[in-house]
Amino acid sequence: MKITEYIKERILYLDGGMGTLLQARGLAAGELPERWNITRPEEIKRIHLAYYNAGSNVVNTNTFGANILKFSDEDLEKIVSSAVSIAKEAREESAGEQPKWIALDIGPTGRMLKPYGDLDFEDAVEVFAKTVRLGEKYGADFIFIETMNDSYETKAALLAAKENCGLPVFVSNAYGEDGKLMTGASPAAMTAMLEGMGADAIGVNCSLGPKALGAVVEEYLTYASVPVILKPNAGLPRAKDGRTVYDVLPEEFAEEVSELIKKGVRAAGGCCGTTPEYISALVKASSGIESAPLVKKNIASVSSYTHAVVFGDSPILIGERINPTGKKRFKQALKENDIDYILKEGISQQEKGVHILDVNVGLPEIDEVKMLKAAVCELQAIIDLPLQIDTSDPLAMEAALRRYNGKAMINSVNGKKESMDTVFPLAKKYGGLVVALTLDESGIPKRAEDRLKIAENILAEAGKYGIDKKDIIFDPLAMTVSADKEAARETLRAVSLITSRLGCHTSLGVSNVSFGLPERDIVNGTFFTMALENGLSAAIMNPYSLEMMKAYHTYRALAGLDDNCADYIGFASSVPQSTAQPQAQNSTPPVSVNDDFSSPLQRAIVKGLKEQAAQLTAEMLAETPPLRVVGEEIIPALDIVGVGFENKKLYLPQLLMSAEAAKSAFEVIKSNMSGEKATDKCRFILATVKGDIHDIGKNIVKLLLENYGFAVTDLGRDVPPEEIAAETVRLHAPLVGLSALMTTTVPAMEETIKLIRAEAPWCKIVVGGAVLTQEYADAIGADKYAKDAMETVRYAESIL
Amino acid sequence: MNTVYTNTYDAPEFNMKEILRYAGVRESRGELEALLSSCIKEIKGRLTYKVCYSEFPISFCGELLDLGFIRTESRGLKKNLEGCESVVLFAATVGIEIDRLIARNASLSPAKALFFQAIGAERIESLCDTFNRDIADRKALEGYAARPRFSAGYGDFKLEAQKEIFAALDCPRRIGLSLNESLLMSPSKSVTAIIGFAKTKKTDNTGENNEDN
Repeated sequence: MKITEYIKERILYLDGGMGTLLQARGLAAGELPERWNITRPEEIKRIHLAYYNAGSNVVNTNTFGANILKFSDEDLEKIVSSAVSIAKEAREESAGEQPKWIALDIGPTGRMLKPYGDLDFEDAVEVFAKTVRLGEKYGADFIFIETMNDSYETKAALLAAKENCGLPVFVSNAYGEDGKLMTGASPAAMTAMLEGMGADAIGVNCSLGPKALGAVVEEYLTYASVPVILKPNAGLPRAKDGRTVYDVLPEEFAEEVSELIKKGVRAAGGCCGTTPEYISALVKASSGIESAPLVKKNIASVSSYTHAVVFGDSPILIGERINPTGKKRFKQALKENDIDYILKEGISQQEKGVHILDVNVGLPEIDEVKMLKAAVCELQAIIDLPLQIDTSDPLAMEAALRRYNGKAMINSVNGKKESMDTVFPLAKKYGGLVVALTLDESGIPKRAEDRLKIAENILAEAGKYGIDKKDIIFDPLAMTVSADKEAARETLRAVSLITSRLGCHTSLGVSNVSFGLPERDIVNGTFFTMALENGLSAAIMNPYSLEMMKAYHTYRALAGLDDNCADYIGFASSVPQSTAQPQAQNSTPPVSVNDDFSSPLQRAIVKGLKEQAAQLTAEMLAETPPLRVVGEEIIPALDIVGVGFENKKLYLPQLLMSAEAAKSAFEVIKSNMSGEKATDKCRFILATVKGDIHDIGKNIVKLLLENYGFAVTDLGRDVPPEEIAAETVRLHAPLVGLSALMTTTVPAMEETIKLIRAEAPWCKIVVGGAVLTQEYADAIGADKYAKDAMETVRYAESIL
Repeated sequence: MNTVYTNTYDAPEFNMKEILRYAGVRESRGELEALLSSCIKEIKGRLTYKVCYSEFPISFCGELLDLGFIRTESRGLKKNLEGCESVVLFAATVGIEIDRLIARNASLSPAKALFFQAIGAERIESLCDTFNRDIADRKALEGYAARPRFSAGYGDFKLEAQKEIFAALDCPRRIGLSLNESLLMSPSKSVTAIIGFAKTKKTDNTGENNEDN
């Protein structure tokens, strides 16, 4: 019988701890347990045998850390092949009558993935892929990914398993006392991502005892349609007479796990501190227990690396602002590869209260595949909202879905065969909630009934790929009411029909309805309310529109979705601020410099008042040409602050606050000058060298250089020498700035300098960072050591 | 193999003076404190205070110091551990959220990023101090006194020792702390250190370490 069939009908008993038993048999501190597959196979076999004899249906091979980061290819193959054959021998020898399987055990790499660590996502996939291929080759029955405490690494492992073998895959994560993974994901978020990608069973192991994991397990049982795994520790370790003992004993363990089996857990065993004795106790205690039946949950959700967003009664807001359509400044940012601009759009929409961010970076003149992937990676590094991948380019869609850390919303598919043929395979492979537009080869039907028909066709086609209806959300298309007075009504009817007839969720790009009308926001807000009343689940919308936010909050309060109207009251208190001028909330810091400024703008910059600086600049631009504002106001203000810092009258945070204020003034000038290009002094390249991921110093340098009119190309952190040299040549940059924090990364800096010297001999190189000194800088051949950001600016000015 | 224990602490009290010092501010100014307190407000509830540790008996054999998980010739460490019978090896982290906050503000507001950086440095120090006091108090009951904590990368105790330290404590699994190829730790606001224990009356449980920021 196949394990995936067995687990639907029966409780699948797993094994218990391996590491703790090996330690008891003399595994030394720091010794790699997988070596014992070669050096002491009998010990490993005895452990497997004891588990089978205790009643385990499954033993996990001794391959937790068997990967190419720890072993050579040759050793890895030996370790995996003997691991599987040892388990096979144990299976042969066991007298137990239960069906028995062998799981290829895969633990985490022990390395953190980028951007917060140094392991690239694709490299992680390849690390897992090698072990997976060996596991299948030598005859493991399925893959068991376990003890993963980071969602991104879990995704890499599952993807590797799915791409490199045809075996079933179980995935189990390690949760902390706070009920989250170390990097923040909740059980609902993990369920959304792992089920979406096609894991055969998912759940929890390690970290804590069964009772302490109860809440996490119940969250799995609430959201998961696939079988749920539980493999807890025997509580917490303590030392007793020089030995490690755990505080939950076998009977208590068995009872507590059995309680969770009653609630629906399908695969149960133990982790650290558990032994064959625990498994026998568990088998005994739970035999005869009826586990709650496996039920398909009809829950539509997407997830980020922290949480899931579930589509239900409360409307979901999808922020539409990351999209260049009709936005000059955004297009310019895309052409200049200005990811910061995109990040800011993301953050301010999050602050406005959206639940999901739509990400569209399509522009004919840019490489959309590269840009969309970069935008997704950068956004998910700093914003914990789920993303909606919005593109018509299937290559860009795949690149983004692959790198996305969670279950994304996919925008979009439609009823055309070609569209479904392209999008559904991607949705099936990477998971996702697909937005389906109710149009097909013959266009957008006028009548709601015909749009419903297209929706039915789309569902049928999705079904062929094994995509469930919970993973399709329909957009019945808001049409322009000024062109057809029936348009809005038919859309609303379609929302209602799809909701009631198909039991599916709906989403609308609301603002299309008001095209061609004056005061569009008013129309949009009312239409949104009407659509919600007809059952609309989500809207792609502009969160800066007060009318839309009013509609959202009042609807929730009136529809009984807002306890004590608390959210509404919170929103209402912010309304005057969002209609009036920018709030003065951040305007805290008057700086202690002589209060002797030639203008309010200068004063705002020196004192670090961001909003005020922007506002004053805007006012000033009404009468003064932009370049005069820069030359006569902003630069002199920056000089006051720069000199104050150099004379140690001002501290670094004050310098930065002024720089931020100046930047917000520049931002206003930039959007005012769109079209005519400001003349940049020269192109300055900045990078943190390979192996180093600290970049706060580099970012400070960048901010100041930009303030002083330099064009800066920021290559980011952990940048290989080749990339820095190539960009220097490509842009013919006269200046490169390199930073490093650790002594261990200085050699990479030296290597980078050598390469730049060889390929771009014209270029001056300035270095900085905590570890550097004048001596170091001389030794590695830099032109200049700058002790802080101001010194870098002065140097840049001196070589012009 | 030694038992590795994991502790989760409540947030230690914030030391504003230290945070300002880490941010390069020598004397407090009202306007900076306003920004700082908004950063502290933002950080509340987002950090975790986790420590994993294990105790090892140690022995001196000539030039070599055997710590159970590593053998080293470091003179600085030998001097620090002179007369000790055992060491407690620990790794501490305040988690990945502080890195996310720093990154989020990197271009949005470098002034805030700088403060988050400083807060992170202060947080991990305070966590180490809390653990240090905790373990020193417990060992004091057994009649042992603590030496100042000592980290890899300190003096002639090579940073490469981080590899052995990570293997001995199983840091990725215990507290979600990992070591990069360039021996940087992720999350960045993390510390590993050794505390020696000797049967003497002399106590000193404040110390220094290699803070990785």
